Amino acid sequence: MIDSSISEAGRRLRSGEVTALSLLKTALDTAGRTEAQLHAFLTLDTEGARQAAAQADADFADGIDLGPLHGIPVALKDNMCTRGVETTAASQILAGYLPPYDATVVTRLRSGGAVVVGKTNLDEFAMGSSTENSAYGTTYNPWDLTRVPGGSSGGSAASVAAGSSLAAFGSDTGGSIRQPASLCGVVGMKPTYGTVSRYGLIAFASSLDQIGPFTRTVEDSALALQAIWGHDPHDATSYAGDYPDPTNGLGRGVEGLRIGLVSELSGEGFEPAVETATGAMVASLESAGAEVSEVSLPTFDIALSAYYLIAPAEASSNLARFDGIRYGLRVDGSTTEELMSRTRAEGFGPEVTRRILLGTYSLSAGYYDAFYGQAQRVRAAIQEDFARAYQQVDVLVSPTSPTVAFEAGARTADPLAMYLSDICTIPSNLSGHPAISVPIGLDDAGLPIGFQVMAPALGEEVMYQAAAEVEHLAGFSISPTAIEGAL
Amino acid sequence: MPIEIDIAHVARLARLALDEGELESYRAQLGVILEHAARVQSLEIEPEVEAAHPLGFANAFREDVLRPSLDRDEVLAQAPSAVDGYFLAPPALESE
Amino acid sequence: MSWEPVIGIEVHVELMTNSKMFCGCAVAFGAEPNTRTCPTCLGLPGALPVPNKVAIESIMSIGLALNCQVSPRSVFHRKNYFYADLPKNYQISQFDVPVCHDGYLDVEVDGETRRVGIERAHMEEDTGKSMHLGAGGRIHAAEGTLLDFNRSGVPLVEIVSRPDIRGAVESRAYAQQLRSVVAELGVSDARLEEGSIRFDANVSIRPEGEELLGTKVEIKNMNSFRSLERAVDFEIGRQIDLVESGGLVVQETRHWDEEAGVTHSMRTKEGSSDYRYFTEPDLVPMVMDEEWVDEVRGRLPELPADRRRRYEQQGLDRQGAGVLSGMDAELRAIYEEAVRSGAPAKAAATWLTGEVIGWARKHKVESSALLLDGAGLAELIEMVDEGLVSSSAAKEVLDGVLSGGGAPGVVAKDHDLLQMKDRDALEAAVDQVVAAHPGAVEGFRQGEEKVVGFLVGQVMKATQGKADPRAVNQILRAKLSE
Ligand SMILES: [Mg+2]
Ligand SMILES: [Zn+2]
Repeated sequence: MIDSSISEAGRRLRSGEVTALSLLKTALDTAGRTEAQLHAFLTLDTEGARQAAAQADADFADGIDLGPLHGIPVALKDNMCTRGVETTAASQILAGYLPPYDATVVTRLRSGGAVVVGKTNLDEFAMGSSTENSAYGTTYNPWDLTRVPGGSSGGSAASVAAGSSLAAFGSDTGGSIRQPASLCGVVGMKPTYGTVSRYGLIAFASSLDQIGPFTRTVEDSALALQAIWGHDPHDATSYAGDYPDPTNGLGRGVEGLRIGLVSELSGEGFEPAVETATGAMVASLESAGAEVSEVSLPTFDIALSAYYLIAPAEASSNLARFDGIRYGLRVDGSTTEELMSRTRAEGFGPEVTRRILLGTYSLSAGYYDAFYGQAQRVRAAIQEDFARAYQQVDVLVSPTSPTVAFEAGARTADPLAMYLSDICTIPSNLSGHPAISVPIGLDDAGLPIGFQVMAPALGEEVMYQAAAEVEHLAGFSISPTAIEGAL
Repeated sequence: MPIEIDIAHVARLARLALDEGELESYRAQLGVILEHAARVQSLEIEPEVEAAHPLGFANAFREDVLRPSLDRDEVLAQAPSAVDGYFLAPPALESE
Repeated sequence: MSWEPVIGIEVHVELMTNSKMFCGCAVAFGAEPNTRTCPTCLGLPGALPVPNKVAIESIMSIGLALNCQVSPRSVFHRKNYFYADLPKNYQISQFDVPVCHDGYLDVEVDGETRRVGIERAHMEEDTGKSMHLGAGGRIHAAEGTLLDFNRSGVPLVEIVSRPDIRGAVESRAYAQQLRSVVAELGVSDARLEEGSIRFDANVSIRPEGEELLGTKVEIKNMNSFRSLERAVDFEIGRQIDLVESGGLVVQETRHWDEEAGVTHSMRTKEGSSDYRYFTEPDLVPMVMDEEWVDEVRGRLPELPADRRRRYEQQGLDRQGAGVLSGMDAELRAIYEEAVRSGAPAKAAATWLTGEVIGWARKHKVESSALLLDGAGLAELIEMVDEGLVSSSAAKEVLDGVLSGGGAPGVVAKDHDLLQMKDRDALEAAVDQVVAAHPGAVEGFRQGEEKVVGFLVGQVMKATQGKADPRAVNQILRAKLSE
């Protein structure tokens, strides 16, 4: 595996100690040894990656420097469109689909010289918290192959943990970056809504989706974020104003920083090991000079309910385009309606079908106001709750996930239990605020525990400031060991 | 309070050809999820309150300028069925 | 019992922007199928919409021209329904906060002004085009639907009237008036044949004097003003017959069959009307502040109603002002310039709406190609007023001008059409006629007034029509009374 951070690999690339091709070879070799057990990737673009790495080496020889990700092997969740490279969103309905264009994030990564290794596995259309909803098979957790990596960006999280990429990109709609990062012992970050273009990201819930990075370190996370964010004229929700410098707060410590521990994100449903580790980290932060207080955000108790009305409603509309007419799977029928209905029933897996039905119902005549309409009002109330909290504190903290990685199959029969996996992460999606998960230790069974730092809109600088201190205090730099002889 | 769901109607609206067994199983699951989701109704909020983009901006427009369209062959290569430069679908019928 | 028809009209107008509503593909008619498409207008996975600013300003212009309020804040919604020519299976449209609302349009019907309320004008996107093939159709692959997405995403403005229209003729007048406003604004080519403007009508009836509205029927597929009038007329009659024979009108959509001259029920679609509208999460709100609205207002061209008022102030009667204000811009420009050059408004309008248009029609010449300018028209009118040409000769002068003979003065001289203004020459001519017709002169002295006309005629004949008949008359009377 690649035993270094992006910043370290970047130094070695520029000093000539390593080449982009050798970094890529290490990544591909790691994938070769681990994929049979992990199944982090849906597609490896070996040839495209080789060309990009060779180009990066030529660039360095010519003194061209395209930035921190230049020559770095990265992976992309398979819901980001890559021109001419199969993009399926882990759905049968997009089997074999070759997009005619690149997502803006992909364009930015390529123009920043990143070497795209391949497309990672996910819950179908990013709907799930375990990567078990992929139409192409489950991804497993590199810390324990009987367990899930979390989801929906489980493939990206597992790849970075296993070292088959130095950074991977995922999408976070209700926690789909932070929760798998937590379960896989890596850093996962969801930026402020509107700062990373969604153009070319296959939409799940447009008002919640946001692309963000998985990395091994907090500094790498800030570097990877800088490579992809910024205004995009192809996304009308993209922010056109000034962006903070996420690296500014790194190493600044937490002296005098006001940190609020969210009281609603504890207690019932939270594993003791998670609560203990969280409490210990909060104590350490206080010792490091932070002003720690407990903050109550009462609307968090109904955030999950609001989320499971809003996200499926948007999804039911976003996924209407998969109808067997212009691309993807077609199951024939004697009329257009029959063709569409058969194609969709055949092409979508059970979780996607469930959410489409749920969303269609909550938007339909007679139910809209009590369900979708009310959920939107709750969302506004959550935004107000956050605003009140941020008058008292600079950042909010909590566990990222109430539990460590759970056994594969444990929650598949109970959708509601699965949905509860995202209880800590969902509020930041509803508010559109940035949040990051940083690994802080292992439980007794050797499974990683993540710690979440939340900040106000465009508060990435203070968020990274706190996250870097969390990383420093935790001293977590352990690699997963589940794969015999592989890592 | 059990929530009434005309699941066949919902499936028809969503264009999902599900059989009786599937419909019944989804109806039951939706019932459980919606009962949990109905907790949003516990909060009393003014009806005008609306969630907004966290950065609260408006007027994201484009200028009225042309950008290149896609190559038709590349587009139609992804189509399940195409003929003479058109996508091909079965007849619509009035029920559409 | 006597019945009152109640009609509301929905109009869809395709804007002629350069690019589509939410993407940079060209708005173009007649292109090869599926050559004006991109990820956004094809609804490819991951694609996003970004609204065209000019389209938004165009709908603001339409709203302002229809005396609407422009909403200070407006949002897009998704209207969800599955259809093969709707690539995303939802249409980006507007629901409860349209860009424009609460306006009106004054419509002339039988010389009376009727004010039709405009409920709203909202922005949306057009669908692609389906071509339904029967078995044995153009394509041997048997029956099916061919889909072309070139039209998908073309900006569309939907204008919804209040149910203020009271008959078929009025429906037609409203539609025509609305079309001329939109065409005048230059935001759409508003051609019925190309479908760039489309009309649907909601028709109901109620007993005369009743306030409550009856059950409405939506009628579609009228592709000319005439078919709109016929369809509304038919539908009113159908509903009256139905109700009078004890039936009930059912709420439904009916299709106008142009050939048969009847409306047919389109089979009602189960559950199809549940569009599940919700705010389009891919877009942010639009804020139309006063400054922006004023800027758009400042760019509006003069509209027919305002123009008509101005013409009346210039001295035209109501009807003349109405006719002229509805004419081509080129013809109006001739009028405006003639008036600026000093011609009386009424004369200028009369010439234009009579002789000039008549000539253009007869010779099949477009108004833009007419060889007459305002200065020329003013000159011609002045020549008539000063008696330099007779009114019949003036028509010949106009023909000469329009045929490329040059300015009116030049044409009159070249064709020898100027009236004899020389007093001595006229007197000599009169003397000759008097001498040649002693009987008539005697008759006049006996009190036979009508011989004056005969004698004037003789003078005109002798001068080959070039004499000013008024002058001849005056000289003749003086001589006879001597
Ligand atoms: Mg419409
Ligand atoms: Zn387009």
